[in-house]
Amino acid sequence: MTEFTLFRHTPGIDPTLHIWGWEIPVYLFLGGLVAGLMILAGARLLIMRPHERQAMVCCTIGPLAGLALLSLGMLALFLDLSHKLYVWRLYLIFEPTSPMSWGSWILLLVYPALLANALTHLPETIPALAKRAPMLVTISDYILARPRLVVAIGLANITLGIALGIYTGILLGTLGARPLWSSAVLGPLFLFSGLSTAAALLHGILVFTTPDAERPEFADFLLSLLARWSQARPLDTRIAPTLAQADNSFLTIELALLGLLLIGHLSSTAVHQQAAWLLLTGPYAAVFWIGVIGLGILLPLFLQHLELQHRIRHTLAPSLLVLTGGLVLRFVLVNAGQASHWAAMLN
Amino acid sequence: MNALSRRRFLKISAATVVAAGMAGRSSRALAASATPSGGTAGVRTIPTFCDICFWKCGAIASVRDGQLWKIEGNPLDPLCQGRLCPRGTGGIGAHSDPDRLRAPLIRTHERGEEKWQEVTWDEALDYIAVRMKQIAAAHGPEAMALFSHGIGGTFLKHTLKAYGTPNMAAPSFAQCRGPRDVGFRLTFGDDVGSPERTDIANTDCLVLIGSHLGENMHNTQVQEFATAVGRGASIIVVDPRFSVAASKAKFYLPIKPGTDLALLLAWMHVIVTEKLYDADYVAKHGFGFEQFAASLTSYTPEWAFPETGIDPDTIRATAREMARHHPATLVHPGRHVNWNGDDAQRSRAIALLNALLGSWGRKGGFYQPSSMDVPAYPYPPYPKSGRSKLDNPDHKHPFAHEALTTGIRDATITGKPYPIKGWMVYATNLLHALPNEAETIRAIQQLDLLVVVDVIPSETAGWADVVLPESTYLERFDDLNPEYFRQPFLGLRQPVVDSPHDQKPNWWIAKKLAEKLGLGAYYPWQDIEEYLAHRVTAAGLSYPELKQKGIILGQRQPLYFDEGAPAEFDTPSGQIEFYSLQLEKAGFDPVPRYTPPAAGPAGSFRLLFGRAPMHSFSRTQSNRLLSGLMSENTVWLNHTAATRLGLKTDDYVRLRNQDGVLSNRIKVKATERIRPDCVYMVHGFGHTSRGLRHAYGKGASDAQLVTRYQTDPLMGGTGMNVNFVTLEPEV
Amino acid sequence: MSRYIMVIDTKRCVGCMDCVVACKTENHVPEGFTRDWITETVHGRFPTTNLEIRTERCNHCANPPCVHCCPTGASHVHARGGVVLVTPEKCIGCKACLAACPYDARFVHPKGYADKCTFCIHRVENGLDPACVSVCPTRCMHFGDADDPQSGVSRLLAARPHHPLLPEAGTQPRIYYLT
Repeated sequence: MTEFTLFRHTPGIDPTLHIWGWEIPVYLFLGGLVAGLMILAGARLLIMRPHERQAMVCCTIGPLAGLALLSLGMLALFLDLSHKLYVWRLYLIFEPTSPMSWGSWILLLVYPALLANALTHLPETIPALAKRAPMLVTISDYILARPRLVVAIGLANITLGIALGIYTGILLGTLGARPLWSSAVLGPLFLFSGLSTAAALLHGILVFTTPDAERPEFADFLLSLLARWSQARPLDTRIAPTLAQADNSFLTIELALLGLLLIGHLSSTAVHQQAAWLLLTGPYAAVFWIGVIGLGILLPLFLQHLELQHRIRHTLAPSLLVLTGGLVLRFVLVNAGQASHWAAMLN
Repeated sequence: MNALSRRRFLKISAATVVAAGMAGRSSRALAASATPSGGTAGVRTIPTFCDICFWKCGAIASVRDGQLWKIEGNPLDPLCQGRLCPRGTGGIGAHSDPDRLRAPLIRTHERGEEKWQEVTWDEALDYIAVRMKQIAAAHGPEAMALFSHGIGGTFLKHTLKAYGTPNMAAPSFAQCRGPRDVGFRLTFGDDVGSPERTDIANTDCLVLIGSHLGENMHNTQVQEFATAVGRGASIIVVDPRFSVAASKAKFYLPIKPGTDLALLLAWMHVIVTEKLYDADYVAKHGFGFEQFAASLTSYTPEWAFPETGIDPDTIRATAREMARHHPATLVHPGRHVNWNGDDAQRSRAIALLNALLGSWGRKGGFYQPSSMDVPAYPYPPYPKSGRSKLDNPDHKHPFAHEALTTGIRDATITGKPYPIKGWMVYATNLLHALPNEAETIRAIQQLDLLVVVDVIPSETAGWADVVLPESTYLERFDDLNPEYFRQPFLGLRQPVVDSPHDQKPNWWIAKKLAEKLGLGAYYPWQDIEEYLAHRVTAAGLSYPELKQKGIILGQRQPLYFDEGAPAEFDTPSGQIEFYSLQLEKAGFDPVPRYTPPAAGPAGSFRLLFGRAPMHSFSRTQSNRLLSGLMSENTVWLNHTAATRLGLKTDDYVRLRNQDGVLSNRIKVKATERIRPDCVYMVHGFGHTSRGLRHAYGKGASDAQLVTRYQTDPLMGGTGMNVNFVTLEPEV
Repeated sequence: MSRYIMVIDTKRCVGCMDCVVACKTENHVPEGFTRDWITETVHGRFPTTNLEIRTERCNHCANPPCVHCCPTGASHVHARGGVVLVTPEKCIGCKACLAACPYDARFVHPKGYADKCTFCIHRVENGLDPACVSVCPTRCMHFGDADDPQSGVSRLLAARPHHPLLPEAGTQPRIYYLT
């Protein structure tokens, strides 16, 4: 029989840590998604096959979306800060032991890399825009005229993407005081979750934009987002098999990493075991099993498998499921992580 | 009865000269303490003494840039040794309490509705004076009564004595320590005193019976308790609850509530039959030992076992433990001891057990305190009262040597032996302090005038006709404190900061009221400092020095018999009375006799209550610093009983007592730290005064549930642990 | 070099919370927040019960995760005694340090920055004990330099059995509890 009484009621801390609300999970999700977009964009840039729609979307639309999503993520991160006026302090120093310091400097490099990737093939992807801003053509020509620059941009996107993706996991992973997070698996897990959501997003964009034209005008692209939300479309064997295949690979790896994370905890100390049980049977189990594993990984895996076998049409469903699953994964891990605690050992 | 102790006071007057000579050393100590922290720019320190409880610890307040910053113990103070308790440290929260009374108030609606009009001091005091004069004219001045707690009431007492009433009482006797003082007077001819003369610092074996030192935060005692624990003293704790003190004990005796006297008798049986007592001491100082010893024959440990639940082996082991360490064995007399109505006799049994162990007047037992002789101010004599005090008519309780609050309350309700038509209540929340609040309210409804002087809007203030807002102790002078202690000293309370609103110090209130009553002659001084300086100078001491240091030490007197403290006993026999002829003559048991406590209704729990270290009575729950440490109380319930009732920690319940009274909601603390036949809560919570915005409705009030009480026949104390409750889950 | 530590005698502590309120007044800790606190642990079944009361606060760890994770250097190790401190003007309020602390010793001050126990370094540098230590009525708390073998704390640790809190969390805490 043990009774433990803590005479402390600090806001944000007691009875369990709840300092991070929606902002941090959203930031981690968007950061991972952008990391995935960068890697796919960079890879696609290196093995560019001109005039292929999938490549256009990956190399140009992806990075453009990435710039917007990353800004949203940064906004969420900023909203979470409680001493906002001092945010500039991040850029007066580099703290090598702090993942957040790494992250803030990486984010600074991510923007130009994403932009460069987007600009490389922008004129052919969105000709209407290029017509209005001839400068874009100049830049694109400048880059494309220098194959080594193209390679550098591609490699930079891949490298920074990997760094960004892993960082979002390591950010939590180094906070050893929260046993659920204290695992190196969290880095690759968030990286592959980011890749799967990125592939899903690009796949989704392709599905959206396919029926009308191989190269939609930018306006068409936006319109199609709104107008064709629920429109059934004919079986199209040309759409994005590569992305769907990639996505399935990422999801499979993500599933394996989740398994590793939990196995690691379950075979570790009592507090880590307790942390794992928070997800497996505890208060977060329903969301974890249904939201993350079932709807976020297994169902889209199955659907995309059928798509690839041409047994069903490509739809938005898998990408929406994967994107939602990725977001829910961040929420579950951030919240359950805050609830996991070493103090269990103090009782 | 007091003659002897008064004699001792006088012996010390010569010491004052020596104290003045020690000034040099002491002021260096102050200089060190005057910079108690880093960053002292703009910091001013002022010595004073605390008033969050009645212990009166010397303190040094720091004011930084005009703002009250902190308050720390005065290193010169023998009581606190430079360390205040949490209530003292948090005392500055009383100054900044946003719920405190701000201006004088006159009632505009029915009593108890807490509807007021703010008035000027002149209007308020005129209102009171007019009505007091009417009461004196119609019923005589004795028809005014004063309830007062603490040193702050000195001047109001003076005004009311000048007005002509002898009727003044404090809950500290009939609701608190009275039975103990009576039990010890009957035995040793002297009080335990306050601060208690317990030599805890030097004891080798400390026995605590229901006393929860550590939760009960009387500073000196807790400091000495920690010292005793640190020295490895043997601690024996008797309590239905596994108190903090119990956790430090070598022996914990989880006694059935209400049966302590049986345990005490069995202990004494063992000590007497095994001849473990201090035979020389008993022979030298004892009276009636043979008859006493004979009365113990049947109180064997085996007899006590079914009564108390304490097995005979443990009773014997603990009795032998006490004897092994005697005379440095201290059976603590406790403080709040109005439990079952047999409390004076139980306290007498504690006194007798100490007498057997020879601990009275011995190192590690009870020392002989002394105080400095500070003459009273030469006031004109008070008018002779035509009628005597009415709180204890016909000396129904012959051994009550202080006035009974509940006696005044009874007289107010019945109008006998003569009517009481006005109450003045100073710094005591009668509705939380007296048992059966319905009776208190009934008495209040008989009054023509109820005046409450307080710092916060207490429940009692809620029923008043006039409420007078007092300055906190940090904003006022008070009377001097010539402390009666191991080390005699004189303490000064002086203002540290100004009152934030229209509050006034009690001396000012009392003086102005006297002037309005035409009794100005009783206040020949213009300002309190004139009064203080006069007394200090009359004692042969320096008032400026006292102001600067806050404390002047007197000369130590012998503390123990073997150091030369006089072994005198102010009893009829002049000896320690093992057998009390005066009790016998008055028709009471000359030696304590055990009566089993009445059981409660089936399925109910006996309601016990006590203290928390960070709160004083019901006075501190709106102090933001202290309520930050504990904002509501819990009801302690044995874990097994809780499981049976389907309750767990932090569930809200209401308590219903045997008379159907339902409490505020209160959280359960399901715990292995209490017997399954009782519940426990900390006193002072469950406020219903709407003015106490911060404390309103937080936790439950035990006072509300104490509808029954068992009156001690010897001295009129109200035994309050005779109520039983059931728990009703709050949905 | 000096290495400040605290040694707390649980045998003497009664859990009165004087340390808590002294810290609040000394350091102007805002209402509703606290830099130190009390815990009670009860083992056993009534009446053979065991109670340990502890006064807890930042452990000023020798391996402080809160400092490691801080992106701006706001959380840092003070040159004197290895005390872990926060510079409010450098703190961005990211709360990583709150999450990094296994003792939950930190909180977000209403003004936005991370706040916690400073070992009352402003007092220590003036030769005084921390406020909590100096006020304790049971004298259960001791503060001093572990690198000085003659210091009170060193001698206490040498003489009596003791344990820190959560050593298994790997932070090398520097508050020791005598049992």
